[in-house]
Amino acid sequence: MSDPGRGHHDMGGLPAGPVERGEHDYALWEKRVDALLMLLSDKTRDLVRVDELRRGIEQLGSGAYDELSYYERWIASITGVLLGKGVFTSDELGRKMAEVEARAAGDRT
Amino acid sequence: MTARFAPGDRVRVRWAHPPGHIRTPYYVRGKTGVIERICGSFRNPEELAYARDGQPVRPLYRVHFDQGTLWPDDQGRANDGVEVEIFEHWLEPAGAAKEGGT
Amino acid sequence: MSDTGQHSHDHAPRPDQDGPLTYYQAMETAVRELLIEKGVVTAEEVRAAVEAMDARSPAQGARVVARAWSDPAFKARLLEDGSAACAELGIDMGPTHLVVVENGEKLHNVIVCTLCSCYPRFLIGLPPDWYKARAYRSRVVREPRAVLGEFGTEIPDDWEVRVHDSTADMRYMVLPRRPAGTEGWSEDQLAELVTRDCMIGVTLPKSP
Repeated sequence: MSDPGRGHHDMGGLPAGPVERGEHDYALWEKRVDALLMLLSDKTRDLVRVDELRRGIEQLGSGAYDELSYYERWIASITGVLLGKGVFTSDELGRKMAEVEARAAGDRT
Repeated sequence: MTARFAPGDRVRVRWAHPPGHIRTPYYVRGKTGVIERICGSFRNPEELAYARDGQPVRPLYRVHFDQGTLWPDDQGRANDGVEVEIFEHWLEPAGAAKEGGT
Repeated sequence: MSDTGQHSHDHAPRPDQDGPLTYYQAMETAVRELLIEKGVVTAEEVRAAVEAMDARSPAQGARVVARAWSDPAFKARLLEDGSAACAELGIDMGPTHLVVVENGEKLHNVIVCTLCSCYPRFLIGLPPDWYKARAYRSRVVREPRAVLGEFGTEIPDDWEVRVHDSTADMRYMVLPRRPAGTEGWSEDQLAELVTRDCMIGVTLPKSP
């Protein structure tokens, strides 16, 4: 059992496999997640600090941390911070996500 | 804010494991190193992470550790090193307490 | 010697625009649209931020390295205050506090962020996938020579390998040593030898 006082993100020195050097080009949606964080963390908005982003990622739990892709972790954390600050509600977000999904499904047919 | 330590000072990283958003990596806690430089003073990330203002700013240091100190069980090269940024409240003068850690 | 650092055209893009929208992609679009509707950001700002990120690339860092190799006074300023020196070359470093670590006669530097993925992104763009992944972050602080070996980089036994873990407010770039046989080269020629990976410290510059 790992030390409960050690965060699963805090991995310096732990055993791991070889470095896998394959790379992917960032997709547009990933760049947009990055852009949202840049904007939300800037001096004028100061809505999502980098440390709030990191805390949210660390709190995803070890399963999600390892299973989600990098920018999936980011958008999950950004969303959590924005919900916590009341920028939008879960209900608004759920309805908007349904609308987005319906639109995408329509585009494919 | 006046820095408590100066380059060349030997320091020990506190052996502590609080919950929260901590930027002092686990692998240096309880370990002894040497101040390489003072980076300046910065807001405390442990507070910023919870939407507070992170004030007052705190001195941030770069601390040099010998590989042999960090991983005593390894057949490492003592000549190799790791440098880590650590906030002042995680540091104490070396020699003030018994070496902690595993 | 790898030069993957500056060529990404042969990497498979992650399929995401063709397949059904994933949960997190829907979340991104929904969050962005809500933020726009509420006046927190504008669509134009998002577009501009994406474009700004696309414009940052290892070529910017290569320019800085080539200037440092050519101009000792600039190198001194770069080592003293990395962000200010980069700004001299017209590079917008944003909020970055850049620390440039110089490889020496018997010193090799390499950078990592064991806690997340801190990287000098304003200078050289977004990090490669492996930089953010478990294997590199876990191992490079403990067995740097083995990890460098996986990149084809062998550092002599009597040299020091120094790992820089970006844990707080500083960001790092490695200033490699100028390759032998480049006397009289222009900065543009020198910059061609400088890869992303040698500025992270996992490889050396290309040979002339």
